[in-house]
Amino acid sequence: MKEVAVVGAGMTLFASRMMETGKELCWEAAKQALDEAGLSLQEIDAVIMGTAPDAFDGIHKKGENLLDGAGGANKPYMRVYTGGGTAVMTPIAGWWHIASGMFDTVLVVNEEKMSSARPHAQSVFAHIWDPILDRPLRPNLVWIFAMEMQRYMHKYNVRKEDIALVSVKNKRNAVDHPCAQLADPKITVEDVLNSEPMALPVRRLDISPPSDGASALVLASLDVAREICPDRIVTIDGVGWCIDTTMWTNRDLAFPKFLARAADQAYRMAGIKDPKKEIHIAEPYDPFNYKELQHMEGLLLCEPGEAAILTREGVTQRDGRLPVCPSGGLLGVGNPIAATMGIKVGEIYWQLARKAGKRQVRNDPVTGVCQAWGDLMQFSSVLVMRRR
Amino acid sequence: MISQPRGRKLSREEAERVPHVVARPKARYAWSAGPATGRFLEELKEGRVLARRCNGCGRVLVPPRMFCERCFRPTDEWVYLPGTGTIQTYSISYIDTDANRIAKPILVGVLAFDGASEGCGIMHYFGEVAPEKLYIGMEVEPVWKPQAEREGAITDIKYFRPRRKEDRQ
Repeated sequence: MKEVAVVGAGMTLFASRMMETGKELCWEAAKQALDEAGLSLQEIDAVIMGTAPDAFDGIHKKGENLLDGAGGANKPYMRVYTGGGTAVMTPIAGWWHIASGMFDTVLVVNEEKMSSARPHAQSVFAHIWDPILDRPLRPNLVWIFAMEMQRYMHKYNVRKEDIALVSVKNKRNAVDHPCAQLADPKITVEDVLNSEPMALPVRRLDISPPSDGASALVLASLDVAREICPDRIVTIDGVGWCIDTTMWTNRDLAFPKFLARAADQAYRMAGIKDPKKEIHIAEPYDPFNYKELQHMEGLLLCEPGEAAILTREGVTQRDGRLPVCPSGGLLGVGNPIAATMGIKVGEIYWQLARKAGKRQVRNDPVTGVCQAWGDLMQFSSVLVMRRR
Repeated sequence: MISQPRGRKLSREEAERVPHVVARPKARYAWSAGPATGRFLEELKEGRVLARRCNGCGRVLVPPRMFCERCFRPTDEWVYLPGTGTIQTYSISYIDTDANRIAKPILVGVLAFDGASEGCGIMHYFGEVAPEKLYIGMEVEPVWKPQAEREGAITDIKYFRPRRKEDRQ
């Protein structure tokens, strides 16, 4: 199996982007990533595209629609889709394209455009529920998170105040991210706790905003990486993914077992025995504030119910012992579903390469983990990266 | 390192001035409920909740299915349940399906059915209860639509209400 490195990353501003088509967003991100890698499109062997439900855009075969912007024309090209989990699944697909020995350089482009749906992307989200048993109840997607959050708080006795701290941390971290949509340097716990009720216990500031954007990565075999960027060798050392049953009303909603399995797979591959000690930085998927905590636990970075305590103690701050979502996360930078690859995989790459600028964490991390979560709450993709 | 990204956030008015095309897809579907969920829906019409037992793992499954996704073998028999259950989790929703704000909240959650395996249940509404009175672990019972109005749908149950009269509103 060939070793694989990340050699470039790029992303667009996350916002409602009516001015540009999805293709143009893809092109902006892809060009940045290629420029950082110092490669031209001609030097790319294959292209992977990631984008979430077709229904957002109302365009079928989105992979085909976005092809030219992703630089995929006349190359081996495929679309990967695992809902929100796409953000970290496409780089995993990119990894196996190279690890298998088939290709030396792969461009991975993720895109999302949620502003096309009228009146609101929420109306389109309703289509992901089970058509027979769930949809006649006219659900809103936020319900499912509200119910999960309630169960999580109940089982592990987690306080809403501690969960609110995640929104505060991430929205403040996002102030230093040039692509951020919802950064707020002054936000407080009280702001979060008193924000508009959505589906309680979920309130407005517990949620990341729908967004448009794109992100891109250039992956290369380690041999190629040593030639083109010997100053920063950041490798993908472990990958894992796992999905639970579709019967969501039969699942344990408090602890994400499927994520623990995916993480265990990735850690074993990376030779990590004790993730609590060996992981120095993490970008868990944070579409909601409680998800960051639940995902830290699923990633085995702490015990179930302990993530809230670490957050309260400041461990997960950018200058803490285990910085978590130093990018600002989905809560602060925005949530264009698949495109959040830029603040998950992209951020860990920039941090390990010491290229995160104002967002650079203090503990000079060598090993980092990132994760995305999706489908109907039951899928996770995990990627472990190291600086060599 | 990210160079200064291009583009900017547009106001709603600006976004409406951008050249664009509006369309509504014309698509209608008839989704089959299948043999397991189909029978479940037919029994709802009769005011009964039906589960399916797997003799491989011993689970009593709701929603019922014709095969067990764990044992990967056919399930074995139909089991009638009393219809009562316990709240596993819930939400008090101030938004409807299109994210419109609503004044009177929808009470919704997941309940596990009595007689089914641990944690096996469905999503449904809760009613005849004040929002602040809801709790995880509350015992609930179904309130059915009048028989003549039932159509073999999950909404043949109007909602679940507290079994204890003191908890009802």
